[in-house]
Amino acid sequence: MTEIANLKAGLIADIAAADTLDALEALRVGALGKNGVVTGLLKTLGPMSPEERLEKGPPIQDLRESVTAALAERKAALEQAALDAKLAAEKIDMTLPADTGPQGSVHPVSQVMDELAEIFADLGFSVATGPEIEDDWHNFTALNIPETHPARAMHDTFYFPDTTDGNGDGKKMLLRTHTSPVQIRTMMNGEPPIRIIAPGRVYRSDSDATHTPMFHQIEGLVIDKGITLGHLKWTLETFLKAFFERDDIVLRLRPSYFPFTEPSVEVDVGYTLVNGQRVIGGDGDAPGGGWLEVLGSGMVNRRVIEACGLDPDEWQGFAFGTGVDRLAMLKYGMNDLRAFFDGDLRWLKHYGFSALDVPTLSGGVGA
Amino acid sequence: MKFTLSWLKTHLNSDADLPTILKGLTNIGLEVEGAENPAEKLGAFRIAKVLTAERHPQADKLQVLTVDAGDGPLQVVCGAPNARAGLVGVFGTEGAVVPVNGMVLKKTAIRGVESNGMMCSFRELELGEDHDGIIELSADAPVGRVYAEWAGLDDPVIDVSITPNRQDCMGVRGIARDLAAAGLGTLNALIVPTIEAAGPGPDVRIEDAEGCPAFFARTVRGVKNGSSPEWMAKQLKAIGQKPISTLVDITNYIMIDLGRPLHVYDMATLKGGLVARRGRPGEQVLALNGKTYTVDESMTVIADDEAVHDIGGIMGGEHSGATEATTDVLIECAYFTPERIAVTGQKLGLTSDARGRFERGVDPAFLDDGLSIATYLVTHLCGGSASEATRAGSPPLAVKTVTYDPAQCLALAGVDVADSEQKRILESLGFEVEGNDATFEYQDGVPVTTPATWTVTVPSWRRDVDGWPDIVEEVVRIVGLDQVPSTPLPRAPGVAKPTATPEQAIERRVRRTAAARGLAEAVNWSFISEREAAAVGGGAWTLANPISEDLKVMRPSLLPGLLSATRRNVDRGAASVRLFELGRRYLADKERPTVGFVLAGEKVARGWQTGKAQPFSAFDAKGEAIALLTAAGAPVANLQSFGEASGAYHPGQSGTLRLGPKTVLAEFGVLHPSLARQFGLTGAVVAGEIFLDAIPARRASGFMRPPYAPPALQAVKRDFAFLVDQTVEADALVRAVRNADKKAIVDARLFDVFVGPGVDEGKKSLAVEITLQPGDKSFSQEELDAISAAVVKAAEKLGGTLRG
Repeated sequence: MTEIANLKAGLIADIAAADTLDALEALRVGALGKNGVVTGLLKTLGPMSPEERLEKGPPIQDLRESVTAALAERKAALEQAALDAKLAAEKIDMTLPADTGPQGSVHPVSQVMDELAEIFADLGFSVATGPEIEDDWHNFTALNIPETHPARAMHDTFYFPDTTDGNGDGKKMLLRTHTSPVQIRTMMNGEPPIRIIAPGRVYRSDSDATHTPMFHQIEGLVIDKGITLGHLKWTLETFLKAFFERDDIVLRLRPSYFPFTEPSVEVDVGYTLVNGQRVIGGDGDAPGGGWLEVLGSGMVNRRVIEACGLDPDEWQGFAFGTGVDRLAMLKYGMNDLRAFFDGDLRWLKHYGFSALDVPTLSGGVGA
Repeated sequence: MKFTLSWLKTHLNSDADLPTILKGLTNIGLEVEGAENPAEKLGAFRIAKVLTAERHPQADKLQVLTVDAGDGPLQVVCGAPNARAGLVGVFGTEGAVVPVNGMVLKKTAIRGVESNGMMCSFRELELGEDHDGIIELSADAPVGRVYAEWAGLDDPVIDVSITPNRQDCMGVRGIARDLAAAGLGTLNALIVPTIEAAGPGPDVRIEDAEGCPAFFARTVRGVKNGSSPEWMAKQLKAIGQKPISTLVDITNYIMIDLGRPLHVYDMATLKGGLVARRGRPGEQVLALNGKTYTVDESMTVIADDEAVHDIGGIMGGEHSGATEATTDVLIECAYFTPERIAVTGQKLGLTSDARGRFERGVDPAFLDDGLSIATYLVTHLCGGSASEATRAGSPPLAVKTVTYDPAQCLALAGVDVADSEQKRILESLGFEVEGNDATFEYQDGVPVTTPATWTVTVPSWRRDVDGWPDIVEEVVRIVGLDQVPSTPLPRAPGVAKPTATPEQAIERRVRRTAAARGLAEAVNWSFISEREAAAVGGGAWTLANPISEDLKVMRPSLLPGLLSATRRNVDRGAASVRLFELGRRYLADKERPTVGFVLAGEKVARGWQTGKAQPFSAFDAKGEAIALLTAAGAPVANLQSFGEASGAYHPGQSGTLRLGPKTVLAEFGVLHPSLARQFGLTGAVVAGEIFLDAIPARRASGFMRPPYAPPALQAVKRDFAFLVDQTVEADALVRAVRNADKKAIVDARLFDVFVGPGVDEGKKSLAVEITLQPGDKSFSQEELDAISAAVVKAAEKLGGTLRG
């Protein structure tokens, strides 16, 4: 073994044995520094003749490259070990809780109203609104409910004392008892054909386990040429099937009476008992089944169309109304209407909806 | 409206079974609310005779009976005062379920004495209200027989809901007629008895023909009032009407049977003749329900020379009613104007079976017949001799006809019903149909179809029918709505457009943004208490008839409802409350869509990273307000901050965001401590309201955005710190700096506020970072110096000096 080979073996062994970056640096300086042993050997190459350099140069160059590579490799290894040690020392308990921010929610009434708007948008119905503080003409008279009509007694109306609607014409002001006045306002302000739904708050002087003095309704109105009870039936079937996302929805239409429609129809939806709970769907006449009243509807009374300034010989149509809170309860299983208006955060969290549960036709109108 | 199946079958000749009849009733618009056979729940109750009765050794009020219910003597402990040896009653044996309370009878010991069942009262069997003692049957009742069978209770009771337009179905006969039309039997003909009358009719007159256009009457003298015959008492009891006396029961029976209310006066109590007149101010009448009512001039009453005896068509008077001692009676069969009855009934808050019928409009052609049937029953059941009838006035008998084309059924209801079937239905409901059927012929060599034109005469008992849609309704309800074919609505032409208005679209965005930011949506009452309304500036709309004092004034602000909800949550232990509501405020001029929110309790709970719990601050309210305004599409960058919120807020820790000085888009801040206290809230409560209708509508500009390419050169940031007076608002300085060079400065952001060592008393240091965006080429040093100079100059206008 030559002298250089011995030197190389010694240096590489020393480098491999260096256990700190400082020790490694000392070795580098000792070998490759200005006065280093390898540097010294390289310096001997200068004065040599080309022939001699050709003979003695390569081993020295090899020595330099090998030592440099060994130093770099060892340095990287030492640095990696140092980093590993540092990271190991930085370990924390990742099972500690993290703050995810507060959780908000959308009220079931709002959610169901959005669902209904989506379903009816697909059928071409726009959303209309009207005032909740109404006059008795829009709430009753125009809907063919005159002062002495027994149907007025059916509505437990909240009235305002000695107020007018601001025009000084002495109209009796009240809180609307249904969303039907929006029908009147829509027909008076627009031109047929009309297809609207009108969701909103309504008020009746009633309070018990299943009634609250304020609740929500949604009204539907179609005025066009050649509209019949058959169209009403299809529309309600389509709506309720879409709302409950069930093809097995069975409706039972019963003749009824509302002053503003003729013929008037009440609509029951069949349910079946599943584990003791009423689940919408199926034939209500089947054993164990039953019917739940969900809608009032009918063909718009000619007098109502006339009162709105339209020609009932030219235009006819249908109207329907239903309780939004009740639909929400039937679909999502709440059983206490009063809880809707209590603002209990625990209830809102349980029955409320995520902000991103936006009802869409493609994503579904139930959440 | 309740009736028994056997009662129905007195008018309806039908072999249809109960389920078929029930389904038929609902299908034709007479909704069945319930149907119950009392015998089904009474199968375990037998007729029993009390053999012996002795005092209970341990209790004064109890007796120990031996009872024979057909299977030999059984010992029973009984507390009824009328229990005695020899009594025949109704016995519930071991295992029977007591209808009134669902209790299962079993062998037990009562005060140490064995008891093997129960002797029952009417109330316990749900056969009446009588609970004074146990049932006493006639002595010859067959011991051991099932009581319900023997008593004829095996007769289903049907309860139907009658809509306000169907007075004719407030009598059993009307229901039978409807069922017959629907093919469930045939209607038996009604044979009205002829009255053998002697002597002139009573003195009855009309002074108020508007309220009472017809008043027919007869007297029957020499009657003996007593208990009703079994057939009548049984039917009345079955439907929950307590039999009172024959005379009273006759009027009730006819009212339920034929929908014809009547009244019977004891003539001994009357002074002079009876007159239908207006009430007089202050006049009072003690009605049959035991309450005294004060009538007025808007009401029709029946009075004699001295007193009012009847609130016309609603309720009779206590003093002139028939009693056991009555011998001479006057039977009233009148027609009262429906509108008058409705108004009087509403005013007095008085409902009765008679009112329910008169206000819907009884059959004006049935006065004579009704009076004859009543007179016949009185003379046959109570004896006596009848007078001629007096007929004061005349009922409104105008015959209504409707021109009808049977094709209108298809046009309105969408169901094709053969003309002949329509005619059959109408005639079976009592309508008369005349006129021409549709014809086809060649005229002048051309084929011509002439539509049918029918003249339909409406029966006198169908006040509700007055137009062709009513005729369609009659046909369709009898044919069945299930026959109406489901017909798709034609799709609206053109492409689908948004069906929500811009306002609704904004509300949806704001609602879901608030929920995404961690707020829970509440729905609070639209009405609040007067005190709550006063605390937020007072309400413009106060209900005349609130359901309670707490729900009286239409809210002028969403805060009271949210604060009440906050309080309820705090009371339930909620540590942190984040609530919002999207609804209307009710102002004098308009209902204004508004978002309100309340943040209370802990903003951040105590945590291993954050230490102690942290409360909400005014700036949390401001941040929420700006975020929601941004979601609503308000021009947030252009809004000005003013420190002048309403009195609901802490005057020094609240503000508004305005578009120009007048248009307030939002107010927010720390709640005024006195308002918080009013709602029982302690600690920092912050809140805000966004006035959605104040946000300017965004102009529709199509889908195209203005062109934009991100600048190639990087933005440059520069920091400045200015010393300004404490009174200078930060927003003013930032705006001034931002506007110092509108082209180069694209943003200015306040990042530090400092008061303390190095800053003079009365001054503060505000540090602002500005962002400069170069255009085509980088800023030169000269340009940067010029911008800096402009920034410093702008600050100087507000008294600011650059901090060294």
